[in-house]
Amino acid sequence: MESKLLPTGHARIESLTMRGIVKRFPGVLAADEIDFDVRSGEIHALLGENGAGKSTLMKMLYGLYHPDEGEILINGKPTAIKSPIDAIQHGIGMIHQHFMLVPSLTVAENIALGMKSSRGFQLDLDVVSQRVLELSDIYNLKVDPRLPIWQLAVGEQQRVEILRALYKGAALLILDEPTAVLTPQEVDGLFRILNQLAADGHGLVFISHKLHEVLEISHRVTVLRDGRRVNTIPTSQATRPKLAEMMVGRPVLLEYEKNAPNPRAERLVLQGVSALSNRGTTGLDAVSLQLRGGEIVGIAGVSGNGQQELAQCITGLREVTIGSVTVDGKDVTNAPPSALHAIGLSYIPEERMIDGVIKEFSVAENYVLQDHGHPKYTTARIFMLFNKIRQACRRAIQLFEIKTPSTETLVKSLSGGNIQKLVLARELARDPGVLIAAQPTRGVDIGATEYIHKQLLEERDKGTAILLISEDLDEIRALSDRIAVMYEGRIVGEVLNENVDIEQLGLLMTGGG
Amino acid sequence: MGLDDIFTASVFASAIRLATPYIFAALGETFAQRSGVLNLGVDGIMLMGAFGGFYAVHLAQEAGVLAEPLGLLLGVLVALIVGGLMGLAMAFVSVTLKAKQGISGIGVYLFGLGLSELLFQQLVGTPKSVAGFPRISFPVLTDIPILGEIFFHHNLLVYVAFALVPISAFVLNRTTFGLMIRAVGQNPEAADAMGVSVARVRYATTTIGGMLAGLAGASLSIALINLFQQNLTAGQGFIAVALVYFGGWRPLTVAAGAMLFSFVNALQLQIKVIGADIPSEFAVMAPYVITIIALVFATKRQEQPTALTKPYERGE
Repeated sequence: MESKLLPTGHARIESLTMRGIVKRFPGVLAADEIDFDVRSGEIHALLGENGAGKSTLMKMLYGLYHPDEGEILINGKPTAIKSPIDAIQHGIGMIHQHFMLVPSLTVAENIALGMKSSRGFQLDLDVVSQRVLELSDIYNLKVDPRLPIWQLAVGEQQRVEILRALYKGAALLILDEPTAVLTPQEVDGLFRILNQLAADGHGLVFISHKLHEVLEISHRVTVLRDGRRVNTIPTSQATRPKLAEMMVGRPVLLEYEKNAPNPRAERLVLQGVSALSNRGTTGLDAVSLQLRGGEIVGIAGVSGNGQQELAQCITGLREVTIGSVTVDGKDVTNAPPSALHAIGLSYIPEERMIDGVIKEFSVAENYVLQDHGHPKYTTARIFMLFNKIRQACRRAIQLFEIKTPSTETLVKSLSGGNIQKLVLARELARDPGVLIAAQPTRGVDIGATEYIHKQLLEERDKGTAILLISEDLDEIRALSDRIAVMYEGRIVGEVLNENVDIEQLGLLMTGGG
Repeated sequence: MGLDDIFTASVFASAIRLATPYIFAALGETFAQRSGVLNLGVDGIMLMGAFGGFYAVHLAQEAGVLAEPLGLLLGVLVALIVGGLMGLAMAFVSVTLKAKQGISGIGVYLFGLGLSELLFQQLVGTPKSVAGFPRISFPVLTDIPILGEIFFHHNLLVYVAFALVPISAFVLNRTTFGLMIRAVGQNPEAADAMGVSVARVRYATTTIGGMLAGLAGASLSIALINLFQQNLTAGQGFIAVALVYFGGWRPLTVAAGAMLFSFVNALQLQIKVIGADIPSEFAVMAPYVITIIALVFATKRQEQPTALTKPYERGE
């Protein structure tokens, strides 16, 4: 007979069932009679687009939201989960997508936060540290409890999150998009941990929108769409196209047919470009890069290794300290953004809500953010011709399949995918010679991603030079002709996409190889 | 006139005394800011505490119903309560109603400034002095030359203020409550997810901050100056807020900043007293100028509460 206890000494959750869960937000039905269950020893993937209801459902399980209808049963017993404290007491732990850690506090302090101290009002960090070390032995999760969080790599921070949940007695772990910020090697490490946790009798919910990860790690998969459960199937019966179709509601292209590359003249050349980071340290270190018309060069790398600085140096938003940037043979080092627009450089910024649009402005106003002074939109370059602007915007809305009630709708009420399509429409409207696309599909649903990818490939075939900066290796692999890897502000390797080796790429991304 | 005339023992002694209200107010503000609440109303709360404390002592002494130490302690109690209530009001506006903290703080300041003056005119009328906390003489210690005057001849509140410095550091760094304060000020989402009530912690710190600001005011009206008049604090509460930034949100350095500031202030007074050939306006400006310069060079530190002035809302 199997032991009913977990290695941490806490009781197992043999089964957890959510039945007929309904959650309404003003104007939205976020969860519509969803059934979901997890068993001890199982990794159950929860798959769906942004806004499909995955997070809402799990926040109800963790006590952050409360269901309007339906019930939650733990080991067959109806249970009300009123708050995160309640959830923790019932053995439910959650690893949030944005880590819930306080950067200036140590590992032990973060774990002690919100817990009773064995010494009353005084902290008992030595006791906590001791227990952390015991747990990290049991689960092979190495961390030093005395280090402050800000000194840890992202993968280590995630281990702290997992350790903390285990420390508090989690029998069931909810992992919200746990791989979003990890390198391939770190993902492998995480998957080993998850498999061990399941083998030890924990139940795990793995929230993701990455199909191959779901196929690799889970035992069963539940797909949500628009707040409803599409189906729950054993992962052994799932395939990528099948899951994608369940998510989107129609067949989706997962791999694109790419025309043979037809590189033309050099359009964007960087020579030994260096720049400072926001903290005043070296952000970019002598980066040289050539982009020809008609090709997509992918920049791979772990976030924060100079990708943002690279994009900003090219687009005139960060000072180049040494080196030069040339577009079509013209030196544009430290040229202002307006001059760069004028010679045909377009930019899809990483932070679309901050750098891409003004969210309190209407769709039409955002559409002409750069070109509002263009003769075709103004009289005497002073008075804006709103009829013409709206006309042009309506054409773009149609062409780029942007879902918006009207040209006067405020951008903040659109979905992420539609906002990104609007940015793309604006940037492509000027027929750019060079396009810098930073994280063009982050937080964008599969349908819109597919559309944006197709647009980028079309631009490439038209002869535009495209620099694709992305942390999503799948995206880089799917679109790029060449791939350059950035690490600590330098380009540490460049390969042709057709003979790329994922392992090798992963090593380069972490400074090895 | 030489340096001997300026750097006398009495200058050092008065620097220590002058630091008292700054230390109380700035320590209280440190608690509030570490949890993410910027209370700009400290000066107004100080004024209310100063008036409340003064008025209680004044009544007790006029009526003669309470023996001297009891009357003074009543004054302290009233100042703590009045300050705590105003801190509570600030917490309600900025935590529950999620108002912009910069604006609501100024509101609290103006409210305290106006109300303390109104109450003073209605209830007291003309400036009157009270018998404040007497200086304490320690056996032997007070008689040590120079050191005795500098360190061992102050009133009770001066010692309480300095004792609060290590106590505050201990509370912030070594207790579960302090851990919650630091977490709430740095990453309220994380604290919330760990079952810490962000609102409750911020209410507590802002109320403690108010109580200490009230005590800071009382230290002026019933221990150092021993009277109340319109705008008695003359902006000391704002200096206290600046001192928190200057000290990098750490009680020990905040208190060190208060000492530096009050030392320059004491020097300035001394220069006026001995009639040095410097326009006295420059001397009066000096502490403020030095504070501004120090603030410009105070760099960002790890302790800076990143959620400072940001109301917390649980959401997506």
